[in-house]
Amino acid sequence: MNTKVTIAGVTLNNPVMTASGTFGSGMEYSDFVDLNRLGAVVTKGVANVPWQGNPTPRVAETYGGMLNAIGLQNPGIDVFAERDIPFLKKYDTKIIVNVCGKTVEDYLEVVERLGDEPVDMLEINVSCPNVKEGAIAFGQKADCLYDITSEIKKKARQPVIMKLSPNVTDITEMAKAAEAAGADALSMINTITGMKIDIHKRKFALANRTGGLSGPAIKPVAVRMVYQASHAVNIPIIGMGGIANAEDAIEFLLAGASAVAVGAMNFVNPYTTIEVIEGIEAYMKQYGIENVTDLIGAVDESL
Amino acid sequence: MSRKKKVKATVVSQKQIADQIYDLWLETELAKHAHAGQFVAVYPHNASTLLPRPISICEVDKSAGRLRLVYRIAGKGTAEFSACKTGDTLEILGVLGNGFPLEKAKGKRVFLMGGGIGIPPMLELAKELDADKQILVGYRNKDLFLEEDLAKYGNVYIATEDGSVGTKGNVMDAIRANNIRADLIMACGPMPMLRAIKQYAEEQGIEAYISLEERMACGVGACLGCVCKTREVDHHSHVNNARICTDGPVFEAKEVEI
Repeated sequence: MNTKVTIAGVTLNNPVMTASGTFGSGMEYSDFVDLNRLGAVVTKGVANVPWQGNPTPRVAETYGGMLNAIGLQNPGIDVFAERDIPFLKKYDTKIIVNVCGKTVEDYLEVVERLGDEPVDMLEINVSCPNVKEGAIAFGQKADCLYDITSEIKKKARQPVIMKLSPNVTDITEMAKAAEAAGADALSMINTITGMKIDIHKRKFALANRTGGLSGPAIKPVAVRMVYQASHAVNIPIIGMGGIANAEDAIEFLLAGASAVAVGAMNFVNPYTTIEVIEGIEAYMKQYGIENVTDLIGAVDESL
Repeated sequence: MSRKKKVKATVVSQKQIADQIYDLWLETELAKHAHAGQFVAVYPHNASTLLPRPISICEVDKSAGRLRLVYRIAGKGTAEFSACKTGDTLEILGVLGNGFPLEKAKGKRVFLMGGGIGIPPMLELAKELDADKQILVGYRNKDLFLEEDLAKYGNVYIATEDGSVGTKGNVMDAIRANNIRADLIMACGPMPMLRAIKQYAEEQGIEAYISLEERMACGVGACLGCVCKTREVDHHSHVNNARICTDGPVFEAKEVEI
């Protein structure tokens, strides 16, 4: 049985990764998960300088999901390069660094700095709904997305994954813009903007008022967007949004994803990634599937 | 430090001990690693309530491998827990956070101060502390809980908001009313109480260790949901935001901006 997948020339032992922001840099979950077993670890977003993030409360539970407005708190690239990359290097897994910024220059600074680091791929966060400048502003207009993708591609020494926002009218337009600008892969979806109000206190549940919705509640939206985008572009897609088990992950693969990422469910069950990997293998065995790549986009299109 | 784990725990017993307050004993392998001031995260069975509920450890019975959790019903998750009967199982994640720094209290006069649902962790703390213990607990009214357990380990001073038992007011009023002093404070309770303690400790020139709470998702330091402002640059994100779940929940009062 072959579970390897290749994305932009980088071969992963299996198609299961962690979604950015839900797994730190792996350290916090290494009590629970043997990081060697993961296809890749996608780190928490890192900027050129430390970011404080938003005031608390930053998280709120919702039906079958959660809202977060962390605001991309991170230590900046210096601490990250000195501490987190060497930590991840100890493991036999691919390292994908999520990059965030407020201006194009911020992104480029991090991308250039990572050029000499032992990092396998870059994931560019142009879709965080919780920071006021940058981030999502680049990911909601096709021309802006095109511009920032091309700038990053000029400087990047690793393959570039553009992480797309679901908070757009037409995901295929965004996917095509990123592809046209040279993106090597896409990842989707980031969180869906939401809001929760405490009716007893008449207060917003989050200090930021709005937050990003994640968890099983968003999975059907994510599967639909992955399906649509995979028909619009020829670059590989990393699918995510509410994956809780192998069945969910396989759904994303069939919809057209070449790999998948587990996000909010890490918080619910810290062993989710491993259970997804084992469940995909069991499914392949059950149906006599030799290569996991045979599942990619393999939904039966006939009625 | 032991590795954190998510395990299945068995309900040994559960009873209601005050309005909305439940007293739950769990049998779990996590008990052997637990200390005063740490917490576990308890998972609801209902998949619509996904996130584990952080609950402080009230008492540890290492020999029997049991943890006691005393919690208040605050929503759907804790309401579900309150219906658990002997023999039922609950999934828990733990042991989480750093406990109270017991060594700091050795041989000193210590105030253990608990307010409302911040009272439970004071019980294990009272058991583990080797010090001269004055225990100050604040309730809304005469619907008291844990006051008899606490009395086994030190002098208990009660304050109630309505004055029905002990000093009328809060734990700060109880300090003044009883004219007592300490070299060190360890506390858990609502934010206004912790702010008052921080200020009192500064005025008195004594150390205070306070246990904070915040909305949490992961409980293990990954999501950065439950941060609090710190005086010094934090070691994780280098932005003066410590993670309550992993850097706390107990902090020295002067280190945090609350």
